[in-house]
Amino acid sequence: MSDAIALLEHILAANALLTAFAFVGVVMWISAALSRYLTLGRIHGSAIAIIIGLALAFGGGVWSGGKNGLSDIPMLSGIGIMGGAMLRDFAIVATAFEVDVVRARQAGAIGATALVLGTILPFIVGALVAYAFGYRDAISLTTIGAGAVTYIVGPVTGAALGASSAVMALSIATGVFKAVLVMIGTPFVAKAIGLNNPRSAMVFGGLMGTVSGVSAGLAATDRRLVPYGALTATFHTGLGCLVAPSLFFLGVRAIMG
Amino acid sequence: MTISGVALLAICTLIGGFLGDLLGAWLGVKANVGGVGIAMMLLIAARLWLARRGALSVGVESGVGFWGAMYIPIVVAMAANQNVVAAVESGPMVVVAAILTVVACFAAVALIGRLSSATETMDEIEARQNAARAEGGAA
Repeated sequence: MSDAIALLEHILAANALLTAFAFVGVVMWISAALSRYLTLGRIHGSAIAIIIGLALAFGGGVWSGGKNGLSDIPMLSGIGIMGGAMLRDFAIVATAFEVDVVRARQAGAIGATALVLGTILPFIVGALVAYAFGYRDAISLTTIGAGAVTYIVGPVTGAALGASSAVMALSIATGVFKAVLVMIGTPFVAKAIGLNNPRSAMVFGGLMGTVSGVSAGLAATDRRLVPYGALTATFHTGLGCLVAPSLFFLGVRAIMG
Repeated sequence: MTISGVALLAICTLIGGFLGDLLGAWLGVKANVGGVGIAMMLLIAARLWLARRGALSVGVESGVGFWGAMYIPIVVAMAANQNVVAAVESGPMVVVAAILTVVACFAAVALIGRLSSATETMDEIEARQNAARAEGGAA
């Protein structure tokens, strides 16, 4: 019996990346079920999956005493490859293929304004909160500010600037918590902020950013608004990844000295 | 061929990374500056160019599309790699930052809506489309 377990451990460790695919697949599947049956679709499955991922990283960190979350467990080292910089950047670039340039132009100046505002505003708020909580170095302030833009911009920025893993985790957690708040909060504030037409949906997508937050939040408000919001939101991460580690970092560094 | 899509994506990602590193060196930040964003723009440009030449095959689309669809699972794996133990020990900053950000953005959506001219709501658009359809059916 113990021979069989040893063999199983061996096959899982020897095929680390495949183990990671299977493992993350099961997490996604459980998350989709939780989203459907526990929250009646109000919280997007992907947001639940990311929260589970962070929770597992916590468990992995406590269990192994290491700094790399779940991938410090030998059998699950493939999670480190799957979620590492190479495949992460590869997959993010791939999403640009879905951007429809003609329809994007129709979003017009107001969508672009919202997009720029939606990158600057969260960044400033995030960086100020980080400052208030005692962070003083430009890399940490920029990474946490970028996390307030989206949970992708945060780690991409942090990785580019060489932020510590703890700051990266804070940055991702800020972005994920923001996405969850957008998903849950949108239906309740929709009326007050005039979210009932395509133009305001585009403004909303540009300002709130997170594609999962925007698409789930709008779906819970009015399904017909989803494509308009997603249209501007798809630009959000790309814009953030472009300006956060460059312009914003240089700005923060100039202020902090 | 599916591999052409995967290769196109890899080439764009590599060029973007290279240009990002170059830009970083040029700006003196010793970091990759906007490499992912540059790669995304290259891929959009490549897609438009291929589409104009009628060379955007199903294989190319599926090669890129697969990795685009893997983006959320990869982000989940990335989340599972983070040093969450250290983040949790740092306390309520995450909650405060996220709440303030969302409130500020909701307020900005409302403000832009108030400042710009009135527009057709989704209900009005649908009502107009239904009316046009009914008229077309009657004629």
